[in-house]
Amino acid sequence: VENVRLLDRLSSRKAALGTLYLTATHVIFVENVSETRKETWVLHSQISSIEKQATTATGCPLLIRCKNFQVIQLVIPQERDCHDVYISLIRLARPVKYEELYCFSFNPKLDKEEREQGWKLVDLSEEYNRMGIPNNYWQISDVNRDYGVCDSYPTEVYVPKSATAHIIVGSSKFRSRRRFPALSYYCKDNNASICRSSQPLSGFSARCLEDEQMLQAIRKANPGSDFIYVVDTRPKLNAMANRAAGKGYENEDNYSNIKFQFIGIENIHVMRNSLQKMLEVCELKSPSMSDFLWGLENSGWLKHIKAIMDAGIFIAKAVAEEGVSVLVHCSDGSDRTAQVCSVASLLLDPYYRTMKGFMVLIEKDWVSFGHKFNHRYGNLDGDPKEISPVIDQFIECVWQLMEQFPCAFEFNERFLIHIQHHIYSCQFGNFLCNSQKERRELKIQERTYSLWAHLWKNRCDYLNPLYRSDHSQTQGTLRPQMAPCNFLYKFWSGMYNRFEKGLHPRQSVTDYLMAVKEETQQLEEELEVLGERLANLQKSQLNGNKVKSEQQDQSKQFGLSTSNNSLANTPQEYSNDLKSFPSRSPSQGDEEDSALILTQDNLKSSDPDLSANSDQESGVEDLSCRSPSGGGCLPSEDSGKDSDEAVFLA
Amino acid sequence: MMRSSQPLTGTNGRRCKEDEKLINATLRPGKRGYIIDTRSLNIAQQARAKGGGFEQEAHYPQWRRIHKCIERFNILQESLIKLVEACNDQSHNMDRWLSKLEASNWLTHIKEILTAACLAAQCIDREGASVLVHGTEGTDSTLQVTSLAQIILDPRCRTIHGFESLVVREWLQAGHPFQQRCAQSAYSNSKQKWEAPVFLLFLDCVWQILRQFPCSFEFNEQFLIMLFEHAYASQFGTFLGNNENERSKLKLPQKTMSLWSWVNRSEELSKFQNPLFEANSLVIWPSVAPQSLQLWEGVFLRWNRPSKFLDEAHEEMINIIKYN
Repeated sequence: VENVRLLDRLSSRKAALGTLYLTATHVIFVENVSETRKETWVLHSQISSIEKQATTATGCPLLIRCKNFQVIQLVIPQERDCHDVYISLIRLARPVKYEELYCFSFNPKLDKEEREQGWKLVDLSEEYNRMGIPNNYWQISDVNRDYGVCDSYPTEVYVPKSATAHIIVGSSKFRSRRRFPALSYYCKDNNASICRSSQPLSGFSARCLEDEQMLQAIRKANPGSDFIYVVDTRPKLNAMANRAAGKGYENEDNYSNIKFQFIGIENIHVMRNSLQKMLEVCELKSPSMSDFLWGLENSGWLKHIKAIMDAGIFIAKAVAEEGVSVLVHCSDGSDRTAQVCSVASLLLDPYYRTMKGFMVLIEKDWVSFGHKFNHRYGNLDGDPKEISPVIDQFIECVWQLMEQFPCAFEFNERFLIHIQHHIYSCQFGNFLCNSQKERRELKIQERTYSLWAHLWKNRCDYLNPLYRSDHSQTQGTLRPQMAPCNFLYKFWSGMYNRFEKGLHPRQSVTDYLMAVKEETQQLEEELEVLGERLANLQKSQLNGNKVKSEQQDQSKQFGLSTSNNSLANTPQEYSNDLKSFPSRSPSQGDEEDSALILTQDNLKSSDPDLSANSDQESGVEDLSCRSPSGGGCLPSEDSGKDSDEAVFLA
Repeated sequence: MMRSSQPLTGTNGRRCKEDEKLINATLRPGKRGYIIDTRSLNIAQQARAKGGGFEQEAHYPQWRRIHKCIERFNILQESLIKLVEACNDQSHNMDRWLSKLEASNWLTHIKEILTAACLAAQCIDREGASVLVHGTEGTDSTLQVTSLAQIILDPRCRTIHGFESLVVREWLQAGHPFQQRCAQSAYSNSKQKWEAPVFLLFLDCVWQILRQFPCSFEFNEQFLIMLFEHAYASQFGTFLGNNENERSKLKLPQKTMSLWSWVNRSEELSKFQNPLFEANSLVIWPSVAPQSLQLWEGVFLRWNRPSKFLDEAHEEMINIIKYN
């Protein structure tokens, strides 16, 4: 559709005119401006809702809201076209079969072996070995090898040595959806463990010998403690209500040596509504400070984040400080349980704070343990009441921790944002379906690519420059401040206002430090080369030989500032009632000018071939403006691309 | 950009040819000017009853007047007190934190002040127009606007010496009444009539811009916190008194030491330098959206939260750059 306008949500002045394309997998808007032809790509999988708004004199507005919080406002001149686009998008954004998803047509031009290697990057059996299993207390069980015991669990589960197949099977019959207690994390320092399950089918008075034996087995697997905690992550009221439906929670009288604890994290419906309210605040045009703060508090979002974090802290404390094992469950054992177990693991074990370790953590507690990705994130069209930002909350907990402990994580904020993006994008096969069983039936690994390999390939973009593996923050358990701490939780504008670049700091500390570190590395390498050369020279002088001249790579540019200068040069919206301000400064020239490359005189290794051509107005080019999706790979996570980078699908 | 106090037009709409000549002299040929009045139109109108007022369009035809209301006096002091109370609240309760923060209105004031400063800067940079800023006395909100506008526009004000000069020029010499405004701070039992955290709000706004442009300032957050502390209590004479006249009468230059003489010693200065600083010649435009403005934890949560991990991060940053 031609002559479509893409409005800028923040600045009513900046509408771009262009052409809208619909493909099998994307919506693409291409600007008419001939020099840049800026493209905006949106995956159908990312579309959360489409709203057709009232026709105005300028055309028919269409509002597209995405699951990665991008909001796109289009104005289509003809009502008929607008309607067509609307209907098409509704259908395209609600696929019925898995095969319609992008991951089945995405082609990063890798061969079969590379694809396989990509899937092998994260190996859970290696992970459990790293934890120290199997050992005297824990073993791997193949009781679920054909998914015969629990179809949402993986084929390989780790259980206490004293839990026989009979006990496991019996326990599974007493648990919602057969999700029996299984190992999530084992602390080899003190044998304490974190196990997870779903709620017991205890009703008001039912008992199950095998289930009780299962919990005893968990306790016995930790000789250092004579009891275990059983943590129900639901509010007490909800758990009690479940008893009327024949489910419920563990009675301390029936299970010997347990200490029972409610933690009170709300359910998926409350969370869905909470996010909705928060996004409404984000969509307010020119909100006042009061609007924003009230809206944020009213949504309750940060309160929920804190609740999840507190649960993780409680469990981490139990394991690390008390040396007591914990069994965690909610209703299903696949939402709050996953959140809480993975937060606790992250606090306890520095490995999960490395890039690889984090991938392993998600693979373990979310993917293998049957988190219902399809239902929660709407891979396929389904029940809207099942949709809920469960993993988003976990990812935010990690970000909140990164803000409190800036040196503790090997990866940076961008890593988290891109993972969240791809959970919804369905560009890779990792987060499809609701269980390992379903994924194997669909032969996901043979037909799609792994996100982890893609991220790993681009890991330079995701590093945290402040991370050092020998740093005090990166060792051992993280202990977030418990109280007072309400002010420690901040609104994550990097995620929820991700595409509104004007709202974020216009210079990135992370990128700057990464550029410095890279330069340091290059300097060190150069130093080595020069050192060798010097040695050679000295040798040949002794030998009286002719000195060979070596070509050196002088092509590096060392502008370190990574500010996006066109953004820095752009005034934000300061007044709604002053109309007469031109958008360009006479002294600053064209806003769209990409800054010249500037070498700084104070850098020790400035390239002698470039003169210090300091353009007074423009700053320094963004050195690290690599597309996060990596060269050659398809539409970047930021969905704005150069036309040069456009790769067409095979 | 010029600053002044309000014109004394009174209820009769008095005019003064000399005043008109003076400010018209700053107009560039063919360009008009903007008068930024930091009072709301209502308040500016009410001021006439007491002999004050605002510039009439008829008398200043080449100037367009904009009202950008910035709060003053006891409202600001109340705001500070409420904010500090909210920050000291020991309960775990998430529920009330944001509404308490909102109720203090502190960030609203920050937003107001920054917005006015950005507007002033826009007039100058984008329209090439002259600007006159005033409130009532020209000693509070006026100075916030003019000094912040310079930080936005002029990279020299973002260097350490440039910023020191800015403070001397726009606050000390311009006669901000430090002695009245910074009498007792947030915990005082008695309410001083003229007390208000005007200078602290200015420093907070600078911090907001610093946070948004972390590579554009030669000084760091500690520098701003140091200035905040010395404005309220200091062994140096720099912030004593209410204006140059008083300082001269009190013979302060002879009897006291200047803060700058201590701060500018290289051992001290090194603590206040921003390792990420890269001189640029940009005009930097901060965002005033609520998501972009944050509570200045370094001042308000300083004693409530462990800074250990943030300090370590800062050290690591310095190491990375020093090693390079």
